[in-house]
Amino acid sequence: MIRFENVSMVYTRGARPALDDVSVDVERGEFVFLVGASGSGKSTFLKLVLREARPTRGHVYVAGRDVAALSSWRVPTLRRQLGVVFQDFRLLQNKTVYENVAFALQVIGKPRHVIRDTVPEVLDMVGLGGKEKRMPTELSGGEQQRAAIARAIVNRPQILLADEPTGNLDPTTSLGIMRLLDRINRTGTTVVMATHDDEIVNEMRKRVVELSTGVVVRDEARGVYGEREAILPDVGRSPVLDAPGAGTRVLRPVGSAEVRAAAHVEPRPAFGEA
Amino acid sequence: MRFQLVLSEVLHGLRRNTTMVIAVILVTFVSLTFVGSAALLQAQIGKLKDDWYDLVEVSVFLCPTGSMAPTCAAGEATQDQIDAVRHVIDTELSDEVQQVFFESKDDAFAEFQERYPDGYQGTQLTVDDMQASLRLNLTDAEQYGVVSDVLSGRDGVEMVNDQRAVFEPLFRTLNVATLLAAGLAVVMLLAAVLLITTTIRLSAISRRKETEIMRFVGASNLLVQLPFLLEGALAAVAGSVLAVVGLWLAVRFLVSDWLEQSVNWVAYVSELDVLAIAPLLVAMAAALAVVSSFFTQNRYTRV
Repeated sequence: MIRFENVSMVYTRGARPALDDVSVDVERGEFVFLVGASGSGKSTFLKLVLREARPTRGHVYVAGRDVAALSSWRVPTLRRQLGVVFQDFRLLQNKTVYENVAFALQVIGKPRHVIRDTVPEVLDMVGLGGKEKRMPTELSGGEQQRAAIARAIVNRPQILLADEPTGNLDPTTSLGIMRLLDRINRTGTTVVMATHDDEIVNEMRKRVVELSTGVVVRDEARGVYGEREAILPDVGRSPVLDAPGAGTRVLRPVGSAEVRAAAHVEPRPAFGEA
Repeated sequence: MRFQLVLSEVLHGLRRNTTMVIAVILVTFVSLTFVGSAALLQAQIGKLKDDWYDLVEVSVFLCPTGSMAPTCAAGEATQDQIDAVRHVIDTELSDEVQQVFFESKDDAFAEFQERYPDGYQGTQLTVDDMQASLRLNLTDAEQYGVVSDVLSGRDGVEMVNDQRAVFEPLFRTLNVATLLAAGLAVVMLLAAVLLITTTIRLSAISRRKETEIMRFVGASNLLVQLPFLLEGALAAVAGSVLAVVGLWLAVRFLVSDWLEQSVNWVAYVSELDVLAIAPLLVAMAAALAVVSSFFTQNRYTRV
């Protein structure tokens, strides 16, 4: 469904490539997590799929088509097969939930009766039935993301791209969003999700592609988030870093043995059944 | 559905940008008024030429007695010389010259007496003070140069005179006025283009969220860009319509109702001429908007 063949992407000549000789193959109906630190190339990966950028070298195939070779007037046709969800939802604030979702169909010229039938159906599916007339500001973060997901899938795309869709949400709400994405995946939609959320990755046990400075360092079926890079150096106890009144608490850098062990929890069996 | 969507986007954009839209309308109005004025001045020159060139003729003055011109060294033009000149006119200039009249000294004197019964500036002239001439009506008044080249310097011809030269200062003045109007129009049109560009940019920036969503869900480039394009075009066309109305009123009240009543022997431009240039002005406005939109759009709403 998505195939990267030796793809390199350099934004400015001479700078470190954002992606360096990346080859990844995503099958139809797969659910793939794209993990890695900020600047590792996750967003560039999604941009190339969306044909927001063209690779400097190599080929990107989406739904069988080489997107770099696509002329700009054909790009809209490609994007109608893709749905996108962002961390910041990007709902239009002056439109209701219904109008936001309908907008996606209006601008690609769907007839009015199709819009009238499809939008409530999709809103029901994402769990926003009855909230059609709400404005985005009247929704919680989780509900806003559901509305954004509804907008992304209302045209029944073959591929759903999600760029840190749970980045702005608390763990419980995130879990609800992940259940929704999983359900969408079960209907046959290929889902590629860039994320920092290790808990979610570890619980879902889906394929994980890890990028580090533009290189694929790991590609595991049923993988986990893996090691986080140390945020703080292992300096041991430091009066500066210790919070006042913290007593004898010693700061441990994330990535230490305990944290790693904690990350390897078994997925909750109930998760996928939702 | 999509037409409705585009329309609502356009109206929305116009409302959001009211002050800029008014600025665009006014600037295109003024600039196109100048363009229209230049066009009307040229139309006026054309009318005057049509009217007056038919009335004027080329005079070939034949040598009088005592002329200092080198071609008149032999004294007053003889009948042979006159015949030779007429022969050249009939053969070499048959295409250029429509009609030839011979005005003898007696004819000239009769006309002189008719015009100045009391003598010219107190002097009473005689037949011998008059000069015989050939009066030529040209097929095309613009061909004067050819006629003059062929006839000047022939024996018996003192000088060739184009009566059109009388009008030249007037036409020159009108042409300078045309250039001035056109020059001002160019400056104003430039201002109009810059304003339209800014308006579209503001509109694009204030709607970039919508535009971004449209791009991601696969709206065609045309649909993304059309509202902005139409916004600029609508404002510019509104300006051009105002310009046409302004010119029409100016011609109606200044020319038809006033000038034509006070100086009535001249043919003037009419409201019909304004209507004739109206499509040109509207088309110019639309082209202006489309061109400036096109360049702005590609920077702000590229897919």
